[in-house]
Amino acid sequence: MPLVVALLCIAAFFAVAVLAAALGQRRDPTTTVYAASLAISTVLLLTALAHLIAGGPTLSVRMPFGLPVLGAHFRLDALSAFFLIVIDLGGAVASLYALGYGRHEDAPMRVLPYYPAFLAAMNLVVLADDAFAFLLSWEFMSLSSWAIVISHHREPANVRAAYIYLLMACFGTLSLLLAFGLLAGANGSFAFASIRGAEHTAWASGLAIILVLIGAGSKAGLVPLHVWLPLAHPAAPSHASALLSGVMTKVGVYAFIRIVFDLIGSPSPWFGLVVLAIGGITAFLGVLYALMQHDLKRLLAYHTVENIGIIFIGLGLALAFRANGIYFAAALAFTGALFHVFNHSVFKSLLFFGAGAVLTATHERDMERLGGLIHRMPKTAIAFLIGCMAISALPPLNGFVSEWLTFQAILASPQLPQWGLKLTIPAVGALLALSAALAAACFVKAFGTTFLGRPRTPAAANAVEVDRFSLAAMFILAGLCVFAGILPGIVIDGLAPAVAQLVGGVMPKQSAMAWLTIVPVEQSRSSYNGLIIFVFMVSSGTLTALAIHRFATRATRRSDIWDCGFPLDAPQTQYTPSSFAQPIRRVFGTVVFRVHEVLDMPQPGDTRAGHFGVRVIDPVWRFGYGPLARGIGWLAKHFDRLQFLTIRSYLTLVFCALILLLVVVAAWR
Amino acid sequence: MAMIFGFLYELALQGVQMFIVVLIAPLVMGVTRKVRAHLLRRIGPPLLQPYFDIWKLMHKEAVLAHNASWIYRVAPYFVFAVTWVAAALIPTYASGLLFSWSADLIAIVALLGTARFSLALAGMDVGTAFGGLGSSREMMIASLAEPAMLLIVFTVALVAGTTQLSSIAALFSTAAVGLRVSLALALFAMMFVGIAENARIPIDNPATHLELTMVHEAMVLEYSGRHLAMIEAAAQVKLVLYFSLIICLFVPFGMATGERSLAAFAFAMAVYLAKLFVLAALLPVGETALAKMRVFRYPVFLGGAFAAGALAVFLLFVSRGF
Repeated sequence: MPLVVALLCIAAFFAVAVLAAALGQRRDPTTTVYAASLAISTVLLLTALAHLIAGGPTLSVRMPFGLPVLGAHFRLDALSAFFLIVIDLGGAVASLYALGYGRHEDAPMRVLPYYPAFLAAMNLVVLADDAFAFLLSWEFMSLSSWAIVISHHREPANVRAAYIYLLMACFGTLSLLLAFGLLAGANGSFAFASIRGAEHTAWASGLAIILVLIGAGSKAGLVPLHVWLPLAHPAAPSHASALLSGVMTKVGVYAFIRIVFDLIGSPSPWFGLVVLAIGGITAFLGVLYALMQHDLKRLLAYHTVENIGIIFIGLGLALAFRANGIYFAAALAFTGALFHVFNHSVFKSLLFFGAGAVLTATHERDMERLGGLIHRMPKTAIAFLIGCMAISALPPLNGFVSEWLTFQAILASPQLPQWGLKLTIPAVGALLALSAALAAACFVKAFGTTFLGRPRTPAAANAVEVDRFSLAAMFILAGLCVFAGILPGIVIDGLAPAVAQLVGGVMPKQSAMAWLTIVPVEQSRSSYNGLIIFVFMVSSGTLTALAIHRFATRATRRSDIWDCGFPLDAPQTQYTPSSFAQPIRRVFGTVVFRVHEVLDMPQPGDTRAGHFGVRVIDPVWRFGYGPLARGIGWLAKHFDRLQFLTIRSYLTLVFCALILLLVVVAAWR
Repeated sequence: MAMIFGFLYELALQGVQMFIVVLIAPLVMGVTRKVRAHLLRRIGPPLLQPYFDIWKLMHKEAVLAHNASWIYRVAPYFVFAVTWVAAALIPTYASGLLFSWSADLIAIVALLGTARFSLALAGMDVGTAFGGLGSSREMMIASLAEPAMLLIVFTVALVAGTTQLSSIAALFSTAAVGLRVSLALALFAMMFVGIAENARIPIDNPATHLELTMVHEAMVLEYSGRHLAMIEAAAQVKLVLYFSLIICLFVPFGMATGERSLAAFAFAMAVYLAKLFVLAALLPVGETALAKMRVFRYPVFLGGAFAAGALAVFLLFVSRGF
């Protein structure tokens, strides 16, 4: 029943998309489309939530379309149900936000038909139960999101972003296609049930994992495949940015979990090491990139890269523990990863909504031109602040809980027998700690320069608060950040069926613990109670405030800024995002980005303006994609000759190719 | 009846711990200043001067800039409250208190991060160059100190098999752990991190009056009156917190771990206070021997702490015997 409801909802999404495309020429269907998306997403969300909480059985259905011999298989298990919740929570809140935000769109028809189709495709990916349906929905998801990315097509930067996204998406799907080909074997059994049942050689499963890391990792944003995220996510309208960054990257994570944990079965622990190392590097580089940005939405997109790294650290730990049969630690690491998937989808959507609100109010994304918005947009500021604190992993909010679980899993790692893992895991732990601290710095910068201080431009000085729908969407997510932070046990218990299904172990049942504490292994080992901490913070804060108001004078005077006696009126004298990041840029950036600061100071007496510039070299473009693109160009130029041959030469070429292929086939057998 | 009485007894023990860290904090700061003054051949302020300062600040009018937002007004209370909660959760004189399990060492480090985050925002609220400078440098120092701190946490947790401070203290106060290379390295790193986090020389100078050398003080430059009193008190509690952490992790001997009689607790409290004042007297000895560093020398200083912590963790991953 839940599966049928889910599929019907997906069909409804498609119907909305078609109707929007058909009717949109006559009247503006903005409200209708978003209201319908909101309703359908809510139904899907509730269905999946009920299925997960009730511990419903695994359901599957075979539809009579798709490949003739295969059909189309769909399946709803605990893992799919969890990801359905993530997708449809994001979808529902984004639709609610878009009820207000979507009205500011200049050309609504460039977004409206693709939006429900995009939601439908993401839902289909997590329900698909054969390789064909999976890849088809995956590609549909890529294309519909591509259409949204290019909706503001008059800006050249967006066209370039969409082009790079399309390239990366094609490349990713190709990798997944090859991975499925390897896993399906010579008989071509593409249904997930038969892939799951089949024996895979170590060689095939190893190669498949690498291909999945490339295919799913390019969607999720693993370094060095992350390059499209910071270009494409800011290009889309903000509610779609939230979906791209908060939700679609999670579908990439889903693909990785589904194929590596579920379909391949039990790979060698060394793949855990690979995933861990990539995750650690991704987390660290992601946050360093984010610190260098001064475009608010691009900063958020780079932070997605960091958080994906954290999720993959958890997944890598889970792989390593599971392969060694240490199931309690595997469950701990996997729960941490899934919890972070949920958390990140919540606070990243919230932050993108906030960035969208700032964009609506000021038409600015550049933090160097904002400031002081807390006075003009007080409600947005509160929601955005909660998002910033949650993503910086500060207790008592939710981001801390998932990082805490990951740290606890790292502390279980001395039990692993492999030396390579033993030495890698503490290094990854240090990287994780470093990225958590840098994330806090980055969000002090983001919130401090956007909402605090004095407005740097008239646009920022004259901003107005956004509409009710946008505010409602932001406050729902902020509420979830607080809820999951102070009552994490409920979320952990909700994740338990998915964890049990994939790693074979579970964490102790959290709702049975006294005082709603979360206990990863046992009480004497480690425990954390968000609720008590929250109550303590509130009560000690109240006590302090009461004491101060009882014993201290309440005299307060408003005055000019003191600033050590030399207040300067120009708002340009404030710290900017670039100056805020300067110490960290000097400390870390000189190594990673070869940051070079150029100061051009005129001689005394010279009246020209001084100039200060920062040159940042992105190592991924400089040493990865740059040479790659040049290599492809060089190859294409030289292959160009083959285009102008005589018919005899062509026939010879065809003949040689045929012989070569026959030799390969003969050697293979 | 006995159960209710027992619960109230436990609650009172937790309450004593909660209030002792706040009440003793200005005195600890006073001892530090006095010893420092003596080392500099000065007489120095009276031991109780920090109490007088806070009392005086509370009765001065608070001056706010015209564009100060609610963050600026709430931050001092929030920072104080969060630091206080973190300090109250570290076992000082007894392990196994009523709420000792509600946060482990990782959570306490993160709570300090929450306090730092809000203070850094408050520094940026008015929109001055000094505030931004202070916030930016404070976050840079934190981004170097926090990973080092977590490696210390890893070291201790790997030796003890737990991140629960109460269990760690109970285990370390027995002779079972013995002298270990990894713990020595962790202590070394802990001292560096503590100096950086508490804005002491050579990272920062709490007594400076030259704006460009300030980090923490630049961030709170605009504060006055009761708000400044709260921030000063929070800084004092944070110093006690780090002293307590060093005591709890590295010299927990004398802590009441088993017997739950009043006499045992009183003895443990006396031992704790003695250790606290010894540490408070030792801090300025190091401070007077050093000069403040340039800002971009900090990575070397804190990198040393990080390297020591990393070495300790790697040693433990190689063998639990180190």
